[in-house]
Amino acid sequence: MKAEYNFIANIIEKNSTVLDVGCDDGTLMEFLRKNKNVNIRGIEISKEKVQICIAKGLTVIEGNAELDLKQFPKNSFDYVVLGQTLQAFINPEIVIKELLRVGKKAIVTIPNFGNWKVRLDLLFKGTMPITSSLPHEWYNTPNIHMCTIKDFVRFSETINFKIVKSLALINKNISNISKSNIFLKNLFGELGIFLIENK
Amino acid sequence: MNIRENIKKLIIEKPLKLDCGKTISKFPLAYETYGKLNENKDNAILVFHALTGDQFVTGVNPITKKDGWWSYAVGPKKSIDTDKYFVICANVIGGCMGSFGPSHENPETKKIYGTDFPVITINDMVNAQVNLLDFFNIKKLFSVVGGSMGGMQVLQFVSNFPDKAKTAVPIACTSSHSAQNIAFNELGRQAITADHNWMDGKYNSKSTLPDKGLAVARMAAHITYLSKKGLQEKFGRNLQERDDLKFGFDADFQIESYLRYQGSVFVDRFDANSYLYITRAMDYFDLVKQFDGNLSSAFKKTKTKFFIMSFTSDWLYPTQENKDIVIALNAIGANVGFVEIDSDKGHDSFLLEVPDFLNALKNFLDKSYIEGNSES
Repeated sequence: MKAEYNFIANIIEKNSTVLDVGCDDGTLMEFLRKNKNVNIRGIEISKEKVQICIAKGLTVIEGNAELDLKQFPKNSFDYVVLGQTLQAFINPEIVIKELLRVGKKAIVTIPNFGNWKVRLDLLFKGTMPITSSLPHEWYNTPNIHMCTIKDFVRFSETINFKIVKSLALINKNISNISKSNIFLKNLFGELGIFLIENK
Repeated sequence: MNIRENIKKLIIEKPLKLDCGKTISKFPLAYETYGKLNENKDNAILVFHALTGDQFVTGVNPITKKDGWWSYAVGPKKSIDTDKYFVICANVIGGCMGSFGPSHENPETKKIYGTDFPVITINDMVNAQVNLLDFFNIKKLFSVVGGSMGGMQVLQFVSNFPDKAKTAVPIACTSSHSAQNIAFNELGRQAITADHNWMDGKYNSKSTLPDKGLAVARMAAHITYLSKKGLQEKFGRNLQERDDLKFGFDADFQIESYLRYQGSVFVDRFDANSYLYITRAMDYFDLVKQFDGNLSSAFKKTKTKFFIMSFTSDWLYPTQENKDIVIALNAIGANVGFVEIDSDKGHDSFLLEVPDFLNALKNFLDKSYIEGNSES
């Protein structure tokens, strides 16, 4: 299980309704169902992963978040979760807006491209960074819109949504991101976790 | 005919008002069951058959002596596990395997109904079959399952009886028959009625049958159940028991011979008038129109958990038409899962050995059953 799941679970209130966008093999869905008694649905693009979810008894729709979120009416869910996939979309702006239309709140996690290892890789090797959490080559990576923690905060100002909570994951520990520490969190954070809502 | 008399039948005493306006009563509904109904009566699955199916879902069909139409999916330890579930399947009204249909005798005229039989709809079929629940004293079915026209019945059933099924699995179907669907059905009907042995549907009182027309109808329909790729891989341009073309109109190609065979075995087990009536019922099916253009309204009251499946190579009931149902259900926050199964076997995939499909069906049912039991 991914390190951030516990922290996502802490943000989500018990007995709420949740949509996991890009739910993968349903690990987070199962975890939330068990620990927070949530009514949870998933949407996943890979047929194989959908099959795994069905075998776990999870309600999942095969679909693409960029095209298939449209079908959900406004405020269908208390929370919509988007785990480490924002950077893979052709238009992250539309996706964020859709998440905040479908959900009252959204939890978005992003692999932090501002992490020092990534920076060093580019600085010294002069090649596109490859790390354990970003294992692809530049030509086959699904991550076409990488961003940093700082970028995401700026993004919230540009497209006008509110960051209610922002956390950085560093060595399996979680810490709050604030205006005063964002330089360091952006340097050391491996992952940013954001609870967002419409302004 | 003797074997047919041994078919299990429920006589429905209660009058049923049909969509065409006529009312029928004291009519037979032929059915078959598999597995055992448990004490709580919460393990029953009503399976709906497709256009040319019947109540003999699995095992050996006592009439045709062939395997039941859904033998891959239904049976002990199979997707619909008859060790666990009590499976009920009825022959649709309008059909020809014992249920009230056009080959029955009209008590008023003492003649075979033929085309005097009332036009029936998917709604009528479902309203007739719901009587089986009372007969078996089942308050709520664990599931309603069906592919193609069976899937349409699943949708109609949940819409008509929102609290009578815990789960629903419509497979490779649609909420509204498309122009293409209607066109192919019309082709089949025209083939039947153009056969001079059809005699305005009164062939039953004569010794001749419109076998040629019915066979052509089946051949045309059969092509729509397969995919181009599947046909090409199975037959290609292979020749039938000959080394070269014969420069005639005999079946030179294997695909021709195959289709002729499919047509010829079909006429032995199916009634031409039933084919007219059932295809008509499919064409009239339009759940969207029934709810004034809003499919979501069809399911407004339901708490049923849906699982919808389509197949990549199904061009008769393509994925988008199945997805439209998913979208309508999501729009009202209904519980719905969906997966498109990879298969090059066309619309027929749901009847064949397609492991991804069979596994998904089994997993959905078994997990939902456990879930339901732990809740109560």
